[in-house]
Amino acid sequence: MKTVFERPHSLFDLPYPYCPGCHHGLAQRLIAEVIDELSISDRTIGVGPVGCSVYIYEHIDVDFVMGAHGRSPAIATGIKRSRPGTIVFSYQGDGDIAAIGTAEIIHAANRGENISCFFINNAIYGMTGGQMAPTSLLGQKTQTSPRGRKVQTEGYPFHLCEMLAVSEGSAYIARVALTNPRLIKKAKEAIRKAFLTQIEEQGFSLVEILSPCPTNWRLPPLEAVKWLEEHLMATYRIGEIKVKEGVTNAC
Amino acid sequence: MNRVIINQEYCKGCGYCIQICPQKVLSFSEEFNTHGYYPANVGRREVCIGCGFCAQVCPDVAISVYRGDEL
Repeated sequence: MKTVFERPHSLFDLPYPYCPGCHHGLAQRLIAEVIDELSISDRTIGVGPVGCSVYIYEHIDVDFVMGAHGRSPAIATGIKRSRPGTIVFSYQGDGDIAAIGTAEIIHAANRGENISCFFINNAIYGMTGGQMAPTSLLGQKTQTSPRGRKVQTEGYPFHLCEMLAVSEGSAYIARVALTNPRLIKKAKEAIRKAFLTQIEEQGFSLVEILSPCPTNWRLPPLEAVKWLEEHLMATYRIGEIKVKEGVTNAC
Repeated sequence: MNRVIINQEYCKGCGYCIQICPQKVLSFSEEFNTHGYYPANVGRREVCIGCGFCAQVCPDVAISVYRGDEL
């Protein structure tokens, strides 16, 4: 008998607390799989954020530190500098990394900190009940933009990956989605590259993962995935946005 | 025969696996689990090709897939 798929070793055998159809569980599974494949679970430290993403500390079998809202990259910097042999990653949502924590992430990337960040972008504030996020799309209806997001009052959707790619300190920046097995495979490769960038000490790496939020988008899970493919992926183009010279060789 | 094992207590009935299955092996259960969700169910086990797509897209890591006759 051949095993086609089993729960990765580093992922605790627990039910997820997320809503039906949320891709947080999938993203966390991919991170656990990569940690297993690179055999780094004994020297990996994760930094949790504030928001739905916080539950990662209950599910992946590595050490975790909880950060104040948006400050995970700063905490990851401290851990990495004081314990250089460790593999440090942060796992943050869009309200955390792209709103309150914008300063921390931009400066962590610009300093070229040797850490990996995983950024779950669902274009809305999930845990607090569906308020507009900086990453919300133009025209998107949320609790705080009931008539749709307007440029005149709320500005444009926030493209964090492109912004960080401009910085000289960033080494590997990619945006991925998890809507079908082909994209899931690509996403796993991107997560592996982010960890390898850090292991090879090439500099800062970030993977943005587009995720649906069926509850706050007010859509059933399958329709939410369709909306993600049609609208979110049209605004946020997936693919490798920056691969610094030397990173591809390492992988 | 290939085996798809669904942990029905972990499943939240999002339907991703049912939609992605190329052989239409899976369907929604008619009974709800302890959380009140209608989980996915292995209905037509005999036509499963063991591709593992259902397990790949499951956000709750509720599915395991095995190929072959033993077990």
